[in-house]
Amino acid sequence: MTTADIIFVFIAGLLPLAWGAHFLGTRQAESAGRKVALHSRPGQYGWFAVLSLSLPALVVAVVASLLSLSGLYQPPPTMILIASLLVGTGGLVLSIRAIQPALRARNLIEKVIRWMLLLAAGLSILTTLGIVLSVLFEAIEFFHLVGFWDFLTGTEWHPDTAFLQGAGRAAEGVAKPQFGSVPIFAGTLMITAIAMMVALPVGLYAAIFMSEYASPRLRGWLKPALEILAGIPTVVYGFFAAITISPLVVQMAAFLGIHSDATNALAPGIVMGVMIIPFISSLSDDVLHSVPQALRESSLALGTTKAETIRHIVLPAAMPGIVSAALLGISRAIGETMIVVMAAGLRPNLTWNPLEGMTTVTVRIVDALTGDQAFNSPLTLSAFGLGLVLLVMTMILNLISLSVVRRFRMKYE
Amino acid sequence: MNEASSAEPVSSADAMIGIDGLRLWYGDHEVLHGVSLGIRERHVTAFIGPSGCGKSTLLRCVNRMNDRIQGCRLEGSVMLDGTDIYAPDVDVVQLRTRVGMVFQKPNPFPKTIYENIAYAPRIHGIARNGVAMDELVENCLHRAGLWEEVKDKLQQPGTALSGGQQQRLCIARTIAVRPEVILMDEPCSALDPIATAKIEELIDELKNEFTIVIVTHNMQQAARVSDYTAFFYLGDLIEYADTSTIFTAPNKTQTEDYITGRFG
Amino acid sequence: MNNIKTSSAIRRRYRADGRFKVYCLAAVLFALLFLVFFFSDLMTRGWPALLQAEVQADIHYSEVVAEGRYRKAIDKSLRPLVSRGWLRTLPLYLEDHPQKMGSREELWVIASSAVDQYLKGHSSKLKLRHRKLVDKLKSEGRIKLAFNTGLFTRGDSKMPEIAGIRSAVVGTLYVLFLTMIFALPTGIMTAIYLEEFAPDNRFIRLIELNINNLAAIPSIMFGLLGLAIFINFFGVPRSSALAGGLTLALMTLPVVVISARAALKAIPDSIREGALGVGASPWQSIWHHVLPLAMPGIMTGSIIGLAQAMGETAPLIIVGMIAYIPDSPDGILDAATVLPAQIYTWAGEPMRAYAERTAAGILVLLAVLLSMNALAIGLRRHFERRW
Repeated sequence: MTTADIIFVFIAGLLPLAWGAHFLGTRQAESAGRKVALHSRPGQYGWFAVLSLSLPALVVAVVASLLSLSGLYQPPPTMILIASLLVGTGGLVLSIRAIQPALRARNLIEKVIRWMLLLAAGLSILTTLGIVLSVLFEAIEFFHLVGFWDFLTGTEWHPDTAFLQGAGRAAEGVAKPQFGSVPIFAGTLMITAIAMMVALPVGLYAAIFMSEYASPRLRGWLKPALEILAGIPTVVYGFFAAITISPLVVQMAAFLGIHSDATNALAPGIVMGVMIIPFISSLSDDVLHSVPQALRESSLALGTTKAETIRHIVLPAAMPGIVSAALLGISRAIGETMIVVMAAGLRPNLTWNPLEGMTTVTVRIVDALTGDQAFNSPLTLSAFGLGLVLLVMTMILNLISLSVVRRFRMKYE
Repeated sequence: MNEASSAEPVSSADAMIGIDGLRLWYGDHEVLHGVSLGIRERHVTAFIGPSGCGKSTLLRCVNRMNDRIQGCRLEGSVMLDGTDIYAPDVDVVQLRTRVGMVFQKPNPFPKTIYENIAYAPRIHGIARNGVAMDELVENCLHRAGLWEEVKDKLQQPGTALSGGQQQRLCIARTIAVRPEVILMDEPCSALDPIATAKIEELIDELKNEFTIVIVTHNMQQAARVSDYTAFFYLGDLIEYADTSTIFTAPNKTQTEDYITGRFG
Repeated sequence: MNNIKTSSAIRRRYRADGRFKVYCLAAVLFALLFLVFFFSDLMTRGWPALLQAEVQADIHYSEVVAEGRYRKAIDKSLRPLVSRGWLRTLPLYLEDHPQKMGSREELWVIASSAVDQYLKGHSSKLKLRHRKLVDKLKSEGRIKLAFNTGLFTRGDSKMPEIAGIRSAVVGTLYVLFLTMIFALPTGIMTAIYLEEFAPDNRFIRLIELNINNLAAIPSIMFGLLGLAIFINFFGVPRSSALAGGLTLALMTLPVVVISARAALKAIPDSIREGALGVGASPWQSIWHHVLPLAMPGIMTGSIIGLAQAMGETAPLIIVGMIAYIPDSPDGILDAATVLPAQIYTWAGEPMRAYAERTAAGILVLLAVLLSMNALAIGLRRHFERRW
């Protein structure tokens, strides 16, 4: 039996049992309630029986599977199945016996529901923990092989001979693979900077237009229209950048008499900037909207024009929100993958020229994990080293942005 | 005093602001049904009346703040020194430098105390940065009776002041533009009695230089600070007279009922 | 005394005012024009792939064909024009339909991609004599451009003329279904807990901060998580719909939580108090009153979250969902690919015919995503109410 079959049999076994438990519990409560008034509704005793059945069964199943996954003791799957269903049935029998009019079935159910909800809420913590730990452990292994300082300050990225090292042939006089990440981060920052140079002015001015100049009706149409830009999958942007914008950039450069590589940093940067416009414009529009009307009125009452009021009063008042939007935009740009994978190229290149191809952190992560390298080769592990730095960078940006926007909210709400 | 003069205490020759047959709609809803009155220079005129009587709306007509509200349209005229402020060639921005406004809730800009006052003069080119601006800021704070309280913290945010101080800061920033008229829309409704007393004192001083129109809910306040009082009810001007007349011998029973607290 | 008519100083300020408004308008126009350019560019690239060249040919189901020399099924002169990929399916077809052995059949068969590109007026490596033949057949009406049903009914292929998006669409449905059943219940439960039950303490604030942070973490990080935890630790098969679905579920979770919380927050307290006031328990007041009222808002957010998951590529590449998958997967543990990943692999193919199909795949993806988003906006407008 495969794992999927086991899970299927488990669920298929549990469902009719649960149905039976509900029936038995309800009937038991009804007969008990003939003489004395019940504390809860009969159906709630039914649900009490269902929970008494399924919770122990689930606990046994989960504990047993964790045990076998960890490799401490591996009971056969069929045994887990039977054991958990038996324990569940035991719980059911006990619960039917426990059903009396004085039993506070509703309170018990609600307590279980609350715990289940809390468990669900805890999953998000587990996710973050999972991301951090999965990246951290592999990254530490990588830094054992390469050296944290060499990784951070090295300017040469030549991982090509890493597979030989993985095969235990490091001592045979082949060139040592080099994992200096400076050119890779330089590429990321260059493309991020280009993207923000597009996204920030366009997004901000568009937000000002929507919140200060457009009628509510026009705003109601413009905002979703701009948000279409955020809904377009990044793989589509990547295709568009590679096949339409890149040749356009090359032609424009040639027209100006400059040489441009076919894969250049400008094309993915511009397209990424367009992708980020709605993040900036929607968030900024929201914060501009929450600047109190009274501030605008009192500025206008001093005899200022609309633009003066916006520039000197409304924008400074909304600045924390706008900064926060910009930080989120930068975080997006740094972590964006598909556009650069498809249009920025693979060449680690330390240059100021945006018309040359360069590579980014995310490109190298994808490249390192899509080859046929063994999982513990330095090249594969380098993905996790890069991932760790990427994670730290974006998390810092996100947390600053979130705290800035929260302070802004407190000020005006 | 005869009937006619009690309805029109300010002769048109004396009037700095002349409102004539003003009707105003928000969408299909008529808020003012033809209001006419004159406002005298360097005096305090109070608008009183129950909520929704249109007194704030009328006030906002005088510096055209109602332009900002969609679906608002009006008929009739508002004359400032003989110029119709709703004439097509009138410049709203210019108008508002002559007719300033103080709002119900103190709303200093989220800037320093100094910048709150310097903002408008800089834009209007009344004073550039430097000594001239420092003097202007100090002068305005003096005249708003705030200087002693804030002279050591000019670089602190205006929002850190108390409510009453904030409102005086708003008055200071309004007079920094050197308007001729100051409109006050219930300036004390968000303040405690001590802060209110300070603002009222200030109004008394300011009327030597400025024409002041004040909307208030508080009849004692109208009686204390104003020279003339206009009583509005449901979008109509019911009675307009010397403040002492309105409060001691009103002509209309509606006015009498309102000031004696029988409705409102 | 200054006047209230326009002065020259003011005129200058008004010009600045006008310029500012123009900048704002220009920004909006830039974004809208980009949208127009973007969609028209993809349309012009993608629409040729909706048509496919077909040749009328006489198929001879002979023994030789069944033995694997499938090219013999067709007249020698037409061989260079017909898709080899299609001819290759003939021996299998004969195995399934033995009664056809020895018979002849006049069929419209798929032309090679060189013929297809030549007919569409694109550059093609078709030889000159074959071009002449194609022209002749075209004038005889024995070669034509027909609607490309194969694009939707076939799986991926190494030959562009018989490559289709079917296996990717099936894979997408599997992944999306898994994402939905994992992310929606958990997300909604989390939102209910945070909005209705959670005490205001440090732990809860940590959870809130954490969810907002997760929503902004690069999607590729979820791929690394999926690779390290689901595949390497729990042993979920690489490239499977399950690995992809679980990864995307974790990515979609914060979106669902945030929108569901907003929807719950919009329900006024009077509803809860009303229910509690007639003796409902806290859970009953939520289950019977608050949740039904918040449902449209929760659905709107969920649809947007799922649309986002459907367009996601990067984390799926990391968990191996870019394998070459010619046949539709049969289960959640089979190797599968999804539409965006298919687009990515096709975009990497150098042949022009693939670029055309890539754009066509993109159009299909965008049509689905935009209608999902339109549905979400429609739902929101329809159920929007002021309290």
